[in-house]
Parts: sequence; structure tokens; C-alpha cells
Amino acid sequence: MFGSIDPALLIAALMVNSVPVMLAATGELVVEKSGVLNLGVEGMMIMGAICGFVTAVVTGNPYLGFVGGALGAAALAAVFGVLTQVLQTNQVATGLALTLFGLGLSSLIGQSYVGIRPPATGDLPLGPLADIPFLGVAVFGHDWMIYGSILIVAAVWWVLKYSRMGLILRAVGESHEAAHALGYKVTRIRMLAVLFGGAMAGLGGAYISLVRVPQWTDGITAGAGWIALAIVVFASWKPWRVLAGAYLFGGISVLQLNLQAAGSAIPVEYLSMAPYLITILVLVIMSSGRGKAALAAPACLGQNFHASR
Amino acid sequence: MLRLERRPSPSVFWERASPFLAVALTMVAGGIMFWILGKNPFEAIRTIFWDPLFNAQFASYSRPQLLVKAAPLILIAIGLSLGFRAGIWNIGAEGQYIMGAIFGAAAGLAVYPVESRLIFPVMIVVGALGGFLWAMIPALLKTVFRTNEILVSLLLVYVAQNILAMMALGELRNPEGGGFPGSRNLSQIPAMANPELIAGTGMHWGVVAAFMAVIAGYILLQRHILGFQIKLAGQAPRAARFAGVSPARLVVLCLGISGVLAGLAGVFEVTGPAGQISIDFNVGYGFTAIIVAFLGRLNPVGILFAGLLMALTYIGGELAQFMLGLPSAAIQAFQGMLLFFLLGTDLLTNFRIRLAKRKVA
Amino acid sequence: MKRRTLLATAALGLGLTFGGAAMAQDKTKACFVYVGPIGDGGWTFQHHEGALALQEAYGDKVEIAWQENVPEGADAERVLTQMALSGCNIIFTTSFGYMDATNAVAAKFPDIKFEHATGYKRDHANVSTYNARFYEGRAVQGHIAGKMTKSNKIGYIASFPIPEVVMGINAFYLHAKKVNPAVELSVVWAFTWFDPAKEADAAKALIDQGVDVIASHTDSTAPLAEAAKTNGAVIGFGQASDMAAYKDGPRVSSIIDNWAPYYVKRVGALMDGTYAQADAWEGIAGGEVEIGEITDLVPAEVKAEAEAMRDAIAAGTYHPFTGPINKQDGSPWLAEGAVAPDGDLLGMSFYVEGITGEIPQ
Repeated sequence: MFGSIDPALLIAALMVNSVPVMLAATGELVVEKSGVLNLGVEGMMIMGAICGFVTAVVTGNPYLGFVGGALGAAALAAVFGVLTQVLQTNQVATGLALTLFGLGLSSLIGQSYVGIRPPATGDLPLGPLADIPFLGVAVFGHDWMIYGSILIVAAVWWVLKYSRMGLILRAVGESHEAAHALGYKVTRIRMLAVLFGGAMAGLGGAYISLVRVPQWTDGITAGAGWIALAIVVFASWKPWRVLAGAYLFGGISVLQLNLQAAGSAIPVEYLSMAPYLITILVLVIMSSGRGKAALAAPACLGQNFHASR
Repeated sequence: MLRLERRPSPSVFWERASPFLAVALTMVAGGIMFWILGKNPFEAIRTIFWDPLFNAQFASYSRPQLLVKAAPLILIAIGLSLGFRAGIWNIGAEGQYIMGAIFGAAAGLAVYPVESRLIFPVMIVVGALGGFLWAMIPALLKTVFRTNEILVSLLLVYVAQNILAMMALGELRNPEGGGFPGSRNLSQIPAMANPELIAGTGMHWGVVAAFMAVIAGYILLQRHILGFQIKLAGQAPRAARFAGVSPARLVVLCLGISGVLAGLAGVFEVTGPAGQISIDFNVGYGFTAIIVAFLGRLNPVGILFAGLLMALTYIGGELAQFMLGLPSAAIQAFQGMLLFFLLGTDLLTNFRIRLAKRKVA
Repeated sequence: MKRRTLLATAALGLGLTFGGAAMAQDKTKACFVYVGPIGDGGWTFQHHEGALALQEAYGDKVEIAWQENVPEGADAERVLTQMALSGCNIIFTTSFGYMDATNAVAAKFPDIKFEHATGYKRDHANVSTYNARFYEGRAVQGHIAGKMTKSNKIGYIASFPIPEVVMGINAFYLHAKKVNPAVELSVVWAFTWFDPAKEADAAKALIDQGVDVIASHTDSTAPLAEAAKTNGAVIGFGQASDMAAYKDGPRVSSIIDNWAPYYVKRVGALMDGTYAQADAWEGIAGGEVEIGEITDLVPAEVKAEAEAMRDAIAAGTYHPFTGPINKQDGSPWLAEGAVAPDGDLLGMSFYVEGITGEIPQ
């Protein structure tokens, strides 16, 4: 059953498949660390997908496309930020509204862009590294965004753990009252975090429409935003675990298609349910782990902050 | 400089008035969007809000359709509102809706072609059970393992959709259907059908159930100790714990009730308007119901009106597509805007807008 | 039962009024119900091209209207009723899942003609069905695939295990095997008609398995885009539409759904009074299935053979399913020289001999 599946190609495929979710999850991790729960990741990702696509097609430059995607999604995230931070709306409901609005708006913008072929994003030339027998195919033969996404995860990890900005962000997420008392501008910090989360989700979405598929159609993200949210939780809000989670989910999705293509006997329907069931299983394991994982959630997650003086 | 100042107690006036303000703002913003798309905004708004109710040519058909479309939304939203008030976020109502339909249909098809007056009631009960069981998964995972119910219930929606596809292609497939996916048409089998009770009104058993749920929800929240506990848990969790409210019991009850109602909505739909178990049976009622719940301010009577309003935007939206050539995505964006404005205007209930005076040094 | 009679009588009255009024008009109104967006570049896009061709063919004598993204089920019935109430003379429902809704609404509006694509129920005299012999196109594709594969592994991205899809897989394989006995077929079931991301993943999985020719029954250009990344190692075919954007790359030919001839024929018949209920299943001969331009990547003699096969099918001298053909389990299906009856094809639920793997149940 597994005989004809080449592990090197499998690893290569899963790395590609995981990029959008990894980027979106990393962004959402930063947002949640600051204490905001933004369920609108799906809406932001798809906005990033269409804005990135339109930018790339109009300018002819795929790299500008990624920038455009990030900016478009950040703009949508700004709406969320204003509603929840300034107008004090309920975060869960606003996030859901964001998803709905993002799906509709992206479809509207994309009306005249369906089926068009975008400019191709190049592979990163890694020369001799790409010729190494196993690792060459698996790890070194990719386009630059894959390495970029890993770098972003590393950068986020470093900033959160070692920099002052990261410390302030975490403080705001753990206790916004205390942070406010210390003089930190809670609302502004959260807004910036939300914008960053939006930009990351936008990059992830742009990757789908510019590299992975690559084209634009309605609903192209197909639920990737929700998976990203799940990955943040089962990564216990730790950046490197987000990477692992994204690879796990991407790996299972890719494996099930490969198993089918290789003629495996496992019924297709079970295979296509597998990624979701396994995610639930891992979520359960992580949250029941002797109470430690439960403590990893930022204490003020989901609570609105309003300075009373 | 505008400043937000928290009101000492929520303003009753704005609590009632803000949904109307939100709808008005949405009409304006939506109108602008339609204008950008090249359509006459007044005609579009009229087609969406006015025509389904009063247009001479077809309003007598579309008015009852409002009830048909609103019934599942109201039914699911009542269940969701209880949980939302207590801070228990059931985002997976869509999955519970699907499982309710599958369980109910399976119960009926298992004994086909037996004819009996008992079959329909049994299907309803089994359907409610199906939704309940599916909601118990996140409930138990939360109470025993502290797993976040938002994510579990949501991921289970995808699982339920896969199971739906499996059922439509496999176990529940119509053996006389030419090899095509989809079950028998339940609405055409007298023992299992959920027909219109009073001709021309669109009222089927699901509509009746929705009305009953509104009344039951109102009584529960206003008169029953559970309603009090739900409201308390949502507004003051620590006080609730001191008062002896068991969080686990609340989680199970809230998720259970919303599961039952979503399952009921599913089985009423599959035996009535939708007719059969097919791969595309679910159209997102579970998610739209979330909007309806908030639009109705998590209040049963409000949800009744919110459900009807949402149904109006759906049916009006369809008309606008057909008669004005408006893209269907515009309607989705319109509904998203409605929720945004709604959430935004809610602010006025709890906050006052004041002109800030410059502080004297 | 009561509901049906009462509603039917009321609707009958309305229908006769409007149906009658419409007949008296100069313009014939042709309406289209689409399951997906016009911009999908595949199934719905081609139907809409057919609708536009109708407008072009008859100019002022015809008015077309449409609605896209109509879910199958209760919404479909409402949309159809609304179309009927607003004066459509002939309504084309372009997806299998609209079958019950089409028949139900046709019952209430006997003066309006309903044409259901890919269905089989004609419960009323005003319902016709139409389909296209896509398997003829698959045969041509299979021939090219068998000749051009270098790895002897060909792949197929299938949507749902329904007879139409199984027919396509069998036709593709039979003709590849005929010219290349060593060929192996890998099938991936995507369980969707249109999901570019999933199709891209499926194509990648096939390519990773060593497949170098990919055919698909799903509608986006994603498999071709994926094949394009291999810089010429993998070739593919356009599906539903020509997908000419990939002509300089992996797309060596395509199957084009061309509904224009059928639509023009039917509306023409309606306009000059020769319209009769029909069950149409045209193919290359009727112009409904077109083979897209075979590019220069294909060697000249293979191209000539493929075009000859196409012409033979068009002339009726060659049928893609001509015996001897056995079923996958070895049992005989078609004797030497025997041609598959339409009934066998329409209910096809088995692979032919030589294909490994199972059709999902």
C-alpha cells in the first residue's frame, strides 16, 4: 500500500500544502497572544488571496502580489480591530461577521478574474543543495515563500521570547488591566497585533492563489482559516509547534491523496475525514495534558478592554 | 474629540432601537455597494426588502417562503442563543443539523416501505437525538478534557459533511435512483413527509416547532432557574460559581439543547423543503443562525424577527440576482455588513458618546 | 396531498395567466438555473456560453435571464417557481440535483417547458432531459494518452462515483489500453465538481506517483496548472471548456461542452411550434461534444488517428464501447462486435477489466 509513495516527494508536497495554514496560524498566534480572538481568519485569508491575485495580474509581478495580498487582508483586519477594540463589540461574533463579509467581498472583487493565469512565482535557486539525494527533493527544491514562511515563524518566536516588544505583547494578553496601569497603550498594541495577523493571513491566502493552485475562484481557501485557528490551539500558542501542527495537518491531507493515487484499499471517505479527526484528537490530547496546556492560553483571550480612565 | 463613556446601566431604548439603526445603515452601505457594481441602489434595496413582501406579481408565493426559509434559522438560533449567553460557543450547529437529518432519514428509510402514522414522529425524535449526540462530542470533550468547544464543534462540521457524502453515495442511496447519489425523496413518501399544514402559508411542522421553540426559549430564560443560571454564567462567571452553578452541567445542557434544536431543524428540512439526503443538503443554516442569534440580541422574540429578516434578505437577494443580475456574492457581503453594523450599533446600548473636554493641566 | 392540490390549483391559475400572457408576447424568454458561478471557467461557464449563443442566434426574438449559485433542494424549487411566475417560457436547469425540483415545479406550470440537464425523470409532459456523450471525448483522450505516456502511468481525477463519471473513466482506459497494453490507470476521487485547491493536490499526488498524463472530470484548470510546473514532463487535457491558456504548455487537447446547438435547436422549436418532449443524448455528431484543438506536442500520426476516431464517432461508424469488453471481475459484458446499449451506460457502476482499485461505495 505504501510501496509506491516516495517519502521525499511526500515531504516536498506537504511542505507546499502547509504554507498557507502555517502563515495564517502564526499571525493568529500573535493576535491571540495579545488577548484578541479573531475568528475571521478565513475571511482575511481569502481577501489576501484575491488582493494578491489582482495585484500580481495587474502589475505582472508575483512578489508585489504577495505584498498586495498582505495589505488587502490587513485592511479587512482593521475593520475587525476598530469594531472590537474601539467599539467594544463581541469578538466571536465580529470574527464570524468578518469571515462572511470577506468571503462575499472577495468573490465580488474576483468576478472578472476567474480562470486567469497569474505570473509564476519562481523557485529559489539553491544550486548544489538541490542535488542532495533525499533532502534535495524533499526540502531544497522549493519556491522562496516556503523558506520565507519558516523564517517568519522563527522571527515571531524570537520576538515573542526575547524582545521587549514581545514581552509587552504577552503582558497585554495576560492581564490588560495591569498593562494599562503600567502605561502601555493596550488598544494600540492589540490593533497592531490584529493588523499583523491580518497581513500574515493575507500572505497565506496569496500563496494559495499565486503558487499552490494557482488561480482564483470563489471560496478557494476552502476552510483553511478554520484549520489555522485549530492549529494555534493545539500548538499551545507556541510558534514552533504551529510549524509542527501545520506540517501534521498538511501531511495528512497530502498523504490521503497519495494513498488514493497509489491505489490504497482504505475507503476514500475515511481518508478525507482523517485530517479533521486527527486534529480533534490532537486538540484533546493537548488540552487534557495535565492542565499545563490549559494554562498556555493568554488569560485575557477574548475579553474586550475598555480603559475607564 | 469623541470619547466613549460606559453607561451605568444598559440603555433600554438603544437595546431595542439598535437593530433598526443597523438595518438602516446596512441599506445605505449596501446601496453604495450596489451602485459601485453598476446597479440602481434604490431598485436593488426595493427588490430585496419590499418585493418579496408586497410585489403584486409573486408576493403571494414569496411571503410563505419566508416562513419556510426562516424556520430552520429560528430553530437553530434559539438553541445557540442559550449557549452564547452563557459563553458557550457552539459554532458547529451546521454539523448537528446534518447529523439530525441523517439520523432521521435513516430511521425512516430503514423501515421503508412500511406505512404507519408512527414513522414521522419517530423520525423526528431520532433526528433530534442525532443532533444531540453530535453536540455531545464537543460537550464531553470540554467538560472532561477542557478542549475548546469552538474548534471541536467546527471541525466536526467537516466530518459531518463527509459522513453526509458517504451516506448519500452509500448506505442511504436510493436503490431506484439510476446509480446517482442521493436518497429517496422523503417529502414524496406520505409516511415520512413534512407537508405544508395549511395550504399557501408555507407552514410545515418545522415552522410550528420554531414558534414553539421561541415560546419555550422565552419561558426558559424568564421563568426557569436554568435560564437564570445561563444569564448569570454569561455575565458574571465567578458569581455563578459561588451561586453553585455547575459549569459542566451548563455546558452539557446548553450544547445539548442547541444540538437537539439543530437536529430537529435538519430532520424537518430533509422531510420537507429539501426532500432528500444529498451531498449538498446543507446550505449553511448552522452558520447563518449564528448571525440570526446576534441580530435578535440573543432574545427569543428578537430571534423570531431576526430570522424573518434574514430570510427576507435571502429571498430578496435571490430575486435581485434574477431580476437585476446582481452577483450572488453581493448578497453574502450584504449579510456580512448587516452583522458588522449590528455589532457596531450595539455599542450604543452600553456606552455613551461624549465630547471630551480637554483636561486642565 | 391536500397541499399539493390546493397549491397546484392556485399556481395553475397563476401559471396559465402568466404562461398564457407570455405566449402572446413577441419575445420568448429563456431562463437558466446554474449550480455554480458563471465565472467557474468550466461547467456553468459553458452553459452560459450556450445561453449567450442563444441570444446571438435569435437577437430580439429571445430574452435570456439566469440565476447562478442556486443550491439544489428547497431553494431550487423556489427559484424555479419565481422564474415561472415572472414569465419564463422555457427553463433550463443545469445540474442533476435539480431533478425533483424541476419535476415538482413543472407540475404546477404545464404551459412552461422545463429542460433538465443530465437527469432521467420526466414525470410530466413539459419536462425534457438532455445530456452529452462525454465518453466519446474520453475515448479520443484515452487514445492520445496511451500513445503519449512514457511512464505507462496515466491518471484520472474523478469527481463522484456516478455512472457518467465511471463511463468516462472506462472509455479513457479502454482506448489507452488498446494502443498501449502496458498502461496503468490511477484514479483519485476528489468528491467535488469544482475545487481548484483539491484538484491541484490530487494532480500533484498523481504526478508524484509517476503519472505523466492526467485527465479530469473536475472543472477547474488546476490540474493543468500543476502539470505546467513539471515543465513538459506531464501533459493534460482541458475539461468542459477549452482551457486554451495552457495550449503552450501541458494541454494537448480538450473536451468542450458545447450546449449552444442544443439550446438554439430547442428554443427555435419552441418559437416555431415544433417543440416536443425529448430525451436528448447527443455527442460529437450533434456538436455537443467538441474535441479541442490537438496541439503540436502530439506527434502527427497520433493526431491524425485521434481526429480519425473523432470523425468516425461523429459519422456513427465507431462506438467507443464496442465489444469484446469484460467487467473488472472478468465476467463478460459485451460480445465481440457488440455495441453497448444506452441503458447499460446510463447505469454503469463497474470498472472494465484491467482497472485496479474499486469504485467508492
